[in-house]
Amino acid sequence: MATNSAKPPVLVVLQLTGGNDYFNTVVPYNDPNYYDSRRSLQIPENRVLKLDDELGLHPAMGPMQSIYESGDMAVIHGVGYENSPRSHFRSMDIWHTCEPDKVGTEGWLGRAISQIDPKSENPVTGVNVGQALPRALVAPGVSVASVADVSTYGLLTNIEQQEQRQQVLQRFANMYSPAVGSGQVMEYLGQTGLDALKGADILKVAPQQYSSGVEYGASPIAQKLRDIAMIHTADVGTRVFYCDHGSFDTHAAQATTHAQLWTDVSEAIADFWDDLREHDADENVIMFLFSEFGRRVRDNGSGTDHGAAGVAFAIGPRVNGGMYSEYPETRPEALQQGDLVPNQDFRGVYSTIIDDWMKLDAPSIVNGNFEKPAFVRTNGH
Amino acid sequence: MSNREDIALLAHLIRRAGFGATRDELESMAEQGYESTVEQLLDYDSQPPVDEYMLYRYHPITEVPGGAAAPGQANWLYFMVNTQRPLNEKMALFWHHVFATGNAKVDNCNHLLEQIQMFRDVGMENYRDLLVKLASNPAMIYWLDNNENHKIAPNENWGRELLELFSLGVGNYTEQDVYECSRAFTGWTISAKMPRYPYGRHPWHFEYRPEDHDETDKSFLGYTGNFNGEDIINIILQQPACPRFIARHLYNFFVEDEPQVPAWNIEPPRNPDAIRLLADTLVENDYDIKPVLRALFNSDFFKDAMYKKVKNPTEVVVGTLRLTGDLQGPDPRLEAVAREPGYMGQDILDPPSVEGWHTGHEWINSGSLVKRVNFVADRISDTNLPGVKRIVERIATANGPTMSPEEFVENCLDQMGPLPVSDRTREELLTQAQSEGEVNWQDSYDDSARRTGEMLALIGATREYQFG
Repeated sequence: MATNSAKPPVLVVLQLTGGNDYFNTVVPYNDPNYYDSRRSLQIPENRVLKLDDELGLHPAMGPMQSIYESGDMAVIHGVGYENSPRSHFRSMDIWHTCEPDKVGTEGWLGRAISQIDPKSENPVTGVNVGQALPRALVAPGVSVASVADVSTYGLLTNIEQQEQRQQVLQRFANMYSPAVGSGQVMEYLGQTGLDALKGADILKVAPQQYSSGVEYGASPIAQKLRDIAMIHTADVGTRVFYCDHGSFDTHAAQATTHAQLWTDVSEAIADFWDDLREHDADENVIMFLFSEFGRRVRDNGSGTDHGAAGVAFAIGPRVNGGMYSEYPETRPEALQQGDLVPNQDFRGVYSTIIDDWMKLDAPSIVNGNFEKPAFVRTNGH
Repeated sequence: MSNREDIALLAHLIRRAGFGATRDELESMAEQGYESTVEQLLDYDSQPPVDEYMLYRYHPITEVPGGAAAPGQANWLYFMVNTQRPLNEKMALFWHHVFATGNAKVDNCNHLLEQIQMFRDVGMENYRDLLVKLASNPAMIYWLDNNENHKIAPNENWGRELLELFSLGVGNYTEQDVYECSRAFTGWTISAKMPRYPYGRHPWHFEYRPEDHDETDKSFLGYTGNFNGEDIINIILQQPACPRFIARHLYNFFVEDEPQVPAWNIEPPRNPDAIRLLADTLVENDYDIKPVLRALFNSDFFKDAMYKKVKNPTEVVVGTLRLTGDLQGPDPRLEAVAREPGYMGQDILDPPSVEGWHTGHEWINSGSLVKRVNFVADRISDTNLPGVKRIVERIATANGPTMSPEEFVENCLDQMGPLPVSDRTREELLTQAQSEGEVNWQDSYDDSARRTGEMLALIGATREYQFG
């Protein structure tokens, strides 16, 4: 156990893209306002997975209820920021850059990675598992591997024959090696090419070394978390992982869609943690789930529209399980534009992760000081 | 028959003034000659526009993408891949770099596409008219909060960026000028900015509200009067900093990578004479844009700037598609491919900020390089694509039935540019070619074609090929 927990802290971010419906994710099942405003989409009390005397999870979240009961999951209520724009893209940008008042270019995790690895020595300190690099991971001088599928990741994947490909990659490495007098930009490109090759080379060992008794589901999020488990257990120095799942933008037909989304996410999360435990690689990992906003309190008949306050989750053996912040008031008079009002700034939640888990400097990453919910255990079990 | 230098120069011209061309197209340009090709590019409306109704018939969501950037990006990609007016489309991309407006905030791709269409319509006409159109463009008004710029409470966002990023550059105006400029644009707003829910999006329209316009005197850059927005633009155009600033943007986009825009008041231009020539041309022609483009493309500094710019991701994607003949016309893969520039760091219609993208070598990081190399390699090695098939035919018939590895490498480099490479690169390409020995087109055409595709892919993966 001591060796396991002495490893440097790792963060896995799972972004719930599209605006997850907080009200039906963590249900205030004793609250008459819930039943009044959710005429079509209410989850009956007897189906809610109870966490305590007031709140319970969506029925599709069974595996997460078990994690909560084991004391490894924090539910952070009312997360958001003032004057939510209710636009997916703008709101996601704000979450990524911590800049609610202007359009920011640097991502919070990009900054974190540059504090972890200021000389950019390890090209896989940050790994995104997905197609597009989220703005959260972007910062000057930070190179992050973006891996759609770890088993096929690499350069010149057009060449199918392995031996031939190795030969061509050797040519690539030679072509990109430093040459005297080629000029600054050419040198930079050379270094970048070698980094890319090195990153791909490092990641290549992950699927080769990996074996697991856990059989993940077929959903995209299960595959992404399996890839993350592969890379994490390969011990290649990755400190920040990023992935996403969606779309949680349930304007219509929410009942079935939202249930399917949470079935996939909860099962994948449970499998991921089983896998990490099997490899004795769970103690230095915290997983963080967020969405760009919650949804409107009153349903629209079959779905819900864009709202404000949302819920975030932190999971892991080093998480102090329980409830943080407070469920926002649900009385109609307490709502803003029909939405739950955020009472926990998301930058405070980030600050807990950065300061207390990653042991980095939060104010310079999230642009200021914010109240930090204490969901990270300060010492071991 | 045209010689190799002519082809190389025309290939350079069309990479910069468009999105590249096939060798067949380059040869017919060479028959016309360089200067008359420049004239044809400038005279874009002699060519038919893109048939956008064909696009909307097969990809209806690209006509009204709403809040999502992806279908809007598909719309623009379709134009860039299929246009017969390459310089007109490239100029739309140029103005999008300069007047960077992003869906992250605008959240209304319909209006971003409207802005791009405005760049197509007037982006090669007159810079003054363009600024006036820009100041009344709904996406821009919303992007820079001019709808929040009121007589009783001026908002300086548009006023500041107009001076800092769109016309003069930092150091050529005071904070007071920003304030006065902003006051002159009070009342320039959009109508029907209604909440999206529950009724969905409403189209926006420019609206001038005289009751919200500040009618008192403004003192701006040494002039005083009851100025309105157009007066401000006229005063800006009289500043010597203005033509220099636009000239530097043109140079940075079309000729050679300059430092990033925010450094321009500190770092001098790489080629002050070129900037002077372009700025003078703008002033002499009352800010008409075609004459300055003509002067630029016919200049020696342009012709000497071959491969001195890192290609932007849009150039990589569109150039590869046009070279290989992939994704022509409606195609079920259009929306997926339209995301590729974003994977490489350039989400068109969604720049990271009003400063636009950091260009030059900043396009390249280890993630984006993998995407660039693989995007090109996947297509250029596919010998079933019409453009690649044609390249293979040309190489197969270049030197008789067999080819030494040296000849093979030379021919492949020629078809990929012609692309000049360092000795080191050439040596590695040659080593690769030698590993399978002589190329025999007569006895094993298919295998030689495969080898060609792989060699083209390796050339596409070189450092040199990242430049355009």
